[in-house]
Amino acid sequence: MSEIADKVKKIVVEHLGVEESKVTPDASFIDDLGADSLDTVELVMAFEEAFNVEIPEDAAEKIATVKDAIDYIEAQKAA
Amino acid sequence: MFSLSNKVALVTGATGGIGEAIARQLHQQGATVVLSGTRESVLAERAAALGGERVHVVAADLSDPAAAEQLVARAEEVAGAPLDILVNNAGLTRDTLAIRMKDEDWSRVIEVDLASPFRLCRAALKGMLRRRAGRIISIASVVGTTGNAGQANYAAAKAGLVGMTKSLAQEAGSRGVTLNVVAPGFIATAMTDVLPDAQKEKLVGSIPLGRMGSPDDVASAVVYLASEEAAWVTGATLHVNGGMAMI
Repeated sequence: MSEIADKVKKIVVEHLGVEESKVTPDASFIDDLGADSLDTVELVMAFEEAFNVEIPEDAAEKIATVKDAIDYIEAQKAA
Repeated sequence: MFSLSNKVALVTGATGGIGEAIARQLHQQGATVVLSGTRESVLAERAAALGGERVHVVAADLSDPAAAEQLVARAEEVAGAPLDILVNNAGLTRDTLAIRMKDEDWSRVIEVDLASPFRLCRAALKGMLRRRAGRIISIASVVGTTGNAGQANYAAAKAGLVGMTKSLAQEAGSRGVTLNVVAPGFIATAMTDVLPDAQKEKLVGSIPLGRMGSPDDVASAVVYLASEEAAWVTGATLHVNGGMAMI
């Protein structure tokens, strides 16, 4: 697993207070990890801060799963 | 009842009459208070009058967006603990009839009385939502509901605070953070001292409780909304106006 993926996972575990084993790539923040809309906004802000990237509103709306977040941040970092 | 022991409160506009009473009453209830305002010497006097270790001062000019942005963090730094209570009390007026009102009169009032409270709320909420606790009280005015000739800018800003508070209250409710408004009526302060006696008499005549309000009347409402006892009150506007407008 990439360094970015590790860090994303850690932030999700910390923020949502869920078991690490539940934070699989396909896990949906809302449906599987019990996040509400405010949690998802806070998660996006935590990602922005941790990775020093800006995630615009329309991109943030599309980040529904752990993998979505990892892919988006990896693409930003590669660019 | 209404104990605020171990709570940290930031009061903007603490140099004014209402701000002074709010800070003093929060302090009396046990809170650590951070006084903010533009006039540093007045803040120092106010802090000295309260005395003790639970008082701090942070000067800030809220017409500067960056100053508003940073104020919460600076307050937490001097208090050495996260913010539990934010009181948006700072405000100014630029009264004149609309046909004579300059864009500058309009935008300055909207900036200081509405935009800066929003910036402070945003900064405070980030931590409060995480900590699952917090109280934000914004001081509006009866004219935000009734309107007032010569105060199109001020009334718009104060009505704006109400709409903003209701929206933020919905955003923050799931985390137990409450946001409310206190809307004072005619309060005896330096701001109203300058009115001609005839006008004051007329105003008092329109108040069922038969007197002008005091800053302490307003502060007591703030203490209630800041307390644990008000845990199930959010998005509300508490009118403190002697019955002048029953709304």
